[in-house]
Amino acid sequence: MNFGFTEEQDLLRQEVRKFLDAHCPLEEVRKLMETPEGFSRDLWKQMGELGWIGLTVAEAHGGAGLGWVDLTVVLEEMGRTLFPSPYLATTIAAAAIREAGSAEQQARWLPQLADGSKIASLAHLEPSDRWDLAGVALDAKPQGGGVTLNGAKVQVLDAPAADLFVVSYRSAGGVGLALVERNAAGVAVEATPSIDATRRVGRVRFDGVAVAADALLANASDAALGRVLDLATAAVTAEMLGAAEQDIRITVQYAKEREQFGHPIGRFQGVKHPLAEMFVDVESAKSILYYAAWALDERDADAPRAVSLAKAYASEAFARVGVDAVQLHGGVGFTWEYDPHLYLKRSKWARPAFGDADFHYDRVIQFGEAK
Amino acid sequence: MDFHLTPEEEAFRAEVRAFLDENLPPGANTSDPAFLAEWNRKVRAKRWVGFSWPKEVGGGGATIMQQVILKEEMSKRKAPALGTCFMGLAWVGPAIIQYGTEAQKQRFIPDILDGKYQWCTGYSEPGSGSDLASLQCKCVREGDEYVVNGQKIWTSIAMWSKWIILLVRTDPNVAVKHDGITCLLVPMDTPGITVRPIKNMSGGAMFAEVFFDDVRVPVENRLGEEGQGWQVTISALAHERSSIAEVEGLKRKLEELKDLARRSTKNGRPALEDDGIRRRIARFEAKIEGMRFNGMRALTKQLKGEALGAETSVNKLLRAELEVALGEIALEMQGSAGHLEKEVDGGRWQKFALSWPEVVIGGGTPNIQKNIIAERVLGLPKD
Ligand SMILES: Cc1cc2nc3c(=O)[nH]c(=O)nc-3n(C[C@H](O)[C@H](O)[C@H](O)COP(=O)(O)OP(=O)(O)OC[C@H]3O[C@@H](n4cnc5c(N)ncnc54)[C@H](O)[C@@H]3O)c2cc1C
Repeated sequence: MNFGFTEEQDLLRQEVRKFLDAHCPLEEVRKLMETPEGFSRDLWKQMGELGWIGLTVAEAHGGAGLGWVDLTVVLEEMGRTLFPSPYLATTIAAAAIREAGSAEQQARWLPQLADGSKIASLAHLEPSDRWDLAGVALDAKPQGGGVTLNGAKVQVLDAPAADLFVVSYRSAGGVGLALVERNAAGVAVEATPSIDATRRVGRVRFDGVAVAADALLANASDAALGRVLDLATAAVTAEMLGAAEQDIRITVQYAKEREQFGHPIGRFQGVKHPLAEMFVDVESAKSILYYAAWALDERDADAPRAVSLAKAYASEAFARVGVDAVQLHGGVGFTWEYDPHLYLKRSKWARPAFGDADFHYDRVIQFGEAK
Repeated sequence: MDFHLTPEEEAFRAEVRAFLDENLPPGANTSDPAFLAEWNRKVRAKRWVGFSWPKEVGGGGATIMQQVILKEEMSKRKAPALGTCFMGLAWVGPAIIQYGTEAQKQRFIPDILDGKYQWCTGYSEPGSGSDLASLQCKCVREGDEYVVNGQKIWTSIAMWSKWIILLVRTDPNVAVKHDGITCLLVPMDTPGITVRPIKNMSGGAMFAEVFFDDVRVPVENRLGEEGQGWQVTISALAHERSSIAEVEGLKRKLEELKDLARRSTKNGRPALEDDGIRRRIARFEAKIEGMRFNGMRALTKQLKGEALGAETSVNKLLRAELEVALGEIALEMQGSAGHLEKEVDGGRWQKFALSWPEVVIGGGTPNIQKNIIAERVLGLPKD
C-alpha cells in the first residue's frame, strides 16, 4: 500500500514549479492576460520540447507515456500560478483521440499534439448547458461515409487558439466524436471573454461542416466519451485544487503580515479558523482526487464515482476559498493590484466546468443506487 | 501510488476474515455476556488485543499495515471491541510502556490486555478543559508519598474504574504552565476519593466529578519523572492512528441513513428521491471518502517513517462535522416525528443525534483543532 507520489513525480513537480516560477510568475500572467491571445507561444514551444504537453500521450506517438496521476502533479502546479496556456485543452483532446481513435487516427494526430505544433480542444458543451451524454445533440447527417455537422458548441476551452476540435455529436447511431480542423469550411470560432482573463473560451459554430469518414473517431461510444469526460473532470479538478491551495497560501501570508489592533490579523480566530476550514476541505478534496486519478489510470470501476466526489467537493471548496480570500484581505482584496481576485475569477470558471457540485453529487447518488 | 497489498498482508487479511467467519457468524448476539467472554478470550489468544504493542510486554508486535487491516476487517463486520479495557488500551498502556518502570509494566500491562478492570482518565478540571495545561489539582510530596487535593471533572466511567491516570500540579511556581505537572497512577478505592456521577443530556451518567481530599499515593505510582506529566500523557494521546475504524463506522452509518431516507417521505415522496436530501447525503459521502483517503495519505507517511503533523486534526474536524450532521439529517427526515423518543426505529436515531458530544467535545473541540491546524500547519500566530 502506498498512497503517495513517487520520487519521479516529486521531481516532476519541482521541475514544473521551477519552470513556472522562472518564466511565468503572476506578474507575467498579468501581462499575458492583457494580450489578445492570452498565452505565450514561446513558453508553449518550450513546454513541448520539455515533453510536458505530451505527458500522457503514448511514447509511440511522441509522448512521455505517463498517466493521470502524473498529470495531476503538473496541473496542480499550473493551477497554482494560474498558468495561462492551452495545456488543459490539448491534453483533454489528446485523451479523447487516444480513447476513441483508431490506431491510424492516433498515429496521425497525437504526435502533432504531443509536441505542441497543433493546439486542440474537446468541443462538447452545447447551449443546453448539460455536461452529460444526454446533452450531446449536435446534429450529424450521414454524408458519403462521413457526416455533415450542424449546430453549436459553447465554452470550448481555448477555442480561439485551437487548430483542431474533437467534436461530440449525435447521429442515428448514437454519440460520436469527429475531428474537425479549425479552417474547415463552415466552422466559425468566436471568442467569448471570461471574467477569468487567464482562461480563454469560445463558441464554435458548425454550419454544414463536412467530416470525412476517416475523421470520425473509430471507437467512439457512450462509454468512451464518458471516460473522456471523467478524465477531463479529474484534470480540471487538479488544476482548481492547485489554485485553491495557493489562494489559501497567499491569504495566510497576508494574515501574518497585516496588523490591526496591535496584532497580525492571523492571530484572530475569525481569520485563522476559516483558513483552517478551507485547508481541511482542500486537503480532503486532494486526497479524493489522487485516488480518482489512480483509479482512472487503473481503469478501476470505482473511477467515475471517485471523479465525481472529487469535482463536487473541489467545486464547493474552491468557490468558498475564492470569496473568503478576497474578504480576508479587506480593502486591498478588492483591488486589481492584489492577486486574490484572479483566483476568485478562476473559481467562477472552474465551478461549473465539466459539471458543478450538484451535477456530480447527483451522479454519486446514482452510482450508489446502481450498486 | 499503489493500493495493492503484499502477499503477506493479503494472507493476514484472509486470516482475519476466516477468524471472523468462524467466530462471528451472522446473527451472533454480540451483547450476550457468554459470547463476549468467549470472543475476548479468543482475540486475546490471537494477540489482537494490544496488537501494536511490543511482543515483550504481551502485545502483538504488529506492523502498521497489519493494524490497519485488522481494524478495517473488524469494523466492516461490526465486531465487538478488541479488548475491554478501553482507556487502558488507548492511552494508559502506551504511556506505561513508554515511561513506566519495569515493575509498573509488570503490574499493569497484563491486566490491561486481559481486561481485568477499567482505567479512567483524570485530566480535565472545572477550570481547565481546552486549556488543560492550566490544571491546578494540588499535589505535594511527603516522604515516600504524594498527597493530592483537588477536583477532576468529566471523568468517563470513573464510577466503574479501579484505577485512574491522574494529572496533578506538583509545582505551581513554573514559568511555563506545561512544566510542573506530574502523572500519577491511583487506585480509585484510595481513602479520600469521592466520585459523583454527572447526568448527561441523553439522560445517562457515563462521566463523573472526582474529588481528592488528602489522597495519599505512594511515590512508586508516579509515571515518568516529577514535572514530566505533560509529555507522558501527550505522547500517549498521539498514538491515535489513521482513523480507519471511524471511517468504516461512518460509512455504515451513511448506508443506514440512505435506508432511512428510502423509508421516510418528504413532500409525499420517498426522501431519497428529494434532490436536496440526495445531495446532502452525497456531500457526506465526499467528506467520509475525504477522511478515508486523508487517512491513507497519513498512513503512507507513517510507513515511510515520517512523523504525522496535523493530519489527525483534519480528520477529527471532518468527523466532528459528520457526527453532528448525520444525526441532524436523520431527525429532519423523520419530519414532525423527529423529536419523538421511540417512534422510528426504536429511537436509535434520537439516541445517535444526542450522542455526538462524546466525539465532538470529548477529544478536543473543533475550535481547538482549528487552532492546531492554523498554527502548526499554516504557521499563523498563536492566540
Ligand atoms: C463525553 C465526554 C467525555 C469526556 N471524558 C473525559 C475523561 O474521561 N477525562 C477527562 O479528563 N476529560 C474528559 N472530557 C472532557 C473534555 O476533554 C473537555 O470537555 C474538553 O477538553 C473541553 O473542555 P471544557 O469542557 O472545559 O470546555 P471549554 O474549554 O470551556 O470550552 C468551551 C467552548 O469554548 C471553546 N474554546 C475554548 N478555548 C478556546 C480557544 N482557545 N479558542 C477558541 N475556542 C475556545 C471550545 O471550543 C468550546 O466550544 C470528556 C468530555 C466529554 C464531552
